[in-house]
Amino acid sequence: MSNVNEYKTLTANGLWENNPALVQLLGLCPLLAVTGTVTNGLGLGIATLLVLMGSNITVSLVRDWVPNEIRIPVFVIVIATFVTLIELLMNAFTYGLYTALGIFIPLIVTNCAIIGRAEAYASKNPWHKAGFDGFVMGLGFALVLVLLGGLREIIGQGTLFDGADLLLGPWAASLRMELIQFDYPLLVAILPPGAFIGLGLIIAVKNGIDLQRKRRAAKQPIAKAQRARVTSQ
Amino acid sequence: MSFYIASSPHAHQRRTTQHIMLWVLLALIPGLAAQCYFFGWGPLLQITVAVTVALITEAVILIVREKPLRATLGDFSAVVTAVLLAISIPPLAPWWVIVIGTLFSIGIVKHVYGGIGQNVFNPAMAGYVLLLISFPVQMTSWMPPSTLATFELNFIDSLWLFFTQYTSEGYSLEQVRLIELTQSLDAIVMATPLDEIKTQLSQGYTLTEIKRSDVFSGIAGTGWLWVNLGYLVGGLLLLYKRIIQWHIPVALLASLAFFAALGSLFAADQLPGVSLHLLSGGAMLAAFFIATDPVSAATSNRGKLVYAALIGMLIYIIRTWGGYPDAIAFAVLLANMCVPVIDYYTRPRAYGHGGKAL
Repeated sequence: MSNVNEYKTLTANGLWENNPALVQLLGLCPLLAVTGTVTNGLGLGIATLLVLMGSNITVSLVRDWVPNEIRIPVFVIVIATFVTLIELLMNAFTYGLYTALGIFIPLIVTNCAIIGRAEAYASKNPWHKAGFDGFVMGLGFALVLVLLGGLREIIGQGTLFDGADLLLGPWAASLRMELIQFDYPLLVAILPPGAFIGLGLIIAVKNGIDLQRKRRAAKQPIAKAQRARVTSQ
Repeated sequence: MSFYIASSPHAHQRRTTQHIMLWVLLALIPGLAAQCYFFGWGPLLQITVAVTVALITEAVILIVREKPLRATLGDFSAVVTAVLLAISIPPLAPWWVIVIGTLFSIGIVKHVYGGIGQNVFNPAMAGYVLLLISFPVQMTSWMPPSTLATFELNFIDSLWLFFTQYTSEGYSLEQVRLIELTQSLDAIVMATPLDEIKTQLSQGYTLTEIKRSDVFSGIAGTGWLWVNLGYLVGGLLLLYKRIIQWHIPVALLASLAFFAALGSLFAADQLPGVSLHLLSGGAMLAAFFIATDPVSAATSNRGKLVYAALIGMLIYIIRTWGGYPDAIAFAVLLANMCVPVIDYYTRPRAYGHGGKAL
């Protein structure tokens, strides 16, 4: 029974309460750099998810044999191994996306969300829980990547799923949707500032929803007058 | 007989945000008049749309944020932002350009940071940069000064161009922008003087050759000279009324002039000189109206000098080696980012604290 609860908490944490991208603000470099389109976001999201699951499970399995003093180098080597695997797989099967994402696939190694989960959760919990945690955390990260990619693609290009065939094979070329026909698209959405502004707005919406929920739960105004501390006591 | 006893200050001057903003608007008039004389009805159309959008945006956001509507709407700060943005962009840029710019300036740059008095960046300039990097073509399509233009644009034509990009007879903006040069048979599309210098220099012409073009007259760009003088007059009025202090304009112009003079000392025929830098682009507008924004500028007097000198230097650097012809907006935003550091190191010494150890 408590097991089910634990999985529930893990899911809620990964997808919402402790979302790696929106709350922990980890892995911003790939998040901001590659989310120009949904396809890029999805590709990098899946890659990160797989690495996160693999590294979490492995770290959890070896945790009893790794001395505390050298745990970080061991984690890094484990993560680097999985990233190399993913990179070679993408090179083999989704070459177009591999070239589109470029340096950001090897850079998954430096994604703090991955080593953060290894340190904070996987090194203290059994492998199945660690694997599940990796899965939901990766999913939460991937969802934000896709959402941000979608927003930026719509505003900056007027399309959705542009270049999906790079990721999913030739059949996906028909997924491409031309939503709005811009004569002059808002280029800034595709450029890096658009990523920062877009992420900021998404975080603001998330915080707004949280605030609403808290208010509804409390059923009374939460903004109580608080005593300001005027003297140093 | 009873004396009313109050502590100092005893001499008051009622000066509200509303007062200051109204004076700023008033002081913009000479420059604006020159701009309208040389570039037609465009600036007025831009201002009308910008102010409308700014006020509506401000009102909607104030309602959403549950802030008092009348006090903030009535202080004209949004109007000043809108007007500054509207006169910075090309006079006949399409209407949606100014709408997007104003929405961004007021909605994101001003209110996301907390509304009036809280914004880190100058709203008008942040809006300008957004537009410049999003719509490079529209944002560099300046009109030729009316003294050179082949087309006489009346109000109706300007209105048509503004909303549909074509005049009522079907001429496009590109065609309207053509000018005939006296010394060549070709008609060329008008560029701003700084733009013209940049392109021609990159093609290997020297400054003396470039300045023979009709785009330049005497010491600076045709038309632009008078626009800048207009803003200078307005700026002096603000100084006289003590709406702004002398630190920022003087430091900005001095630093820009210093680097321009240094440049012409080393490469007189490749780098534009002092007069071109001060009188051809938006230097005067920047010095007196944009950099002096009290919210995003440095606070102490010493800080203001550093801040404005930094802007002047950045303007020179970006104009000379950067990718965009004019650099006011980028320079101001970059300096805005440095303001916390500048403020930290230029904190005035409180009487009785700090100072030299004995």
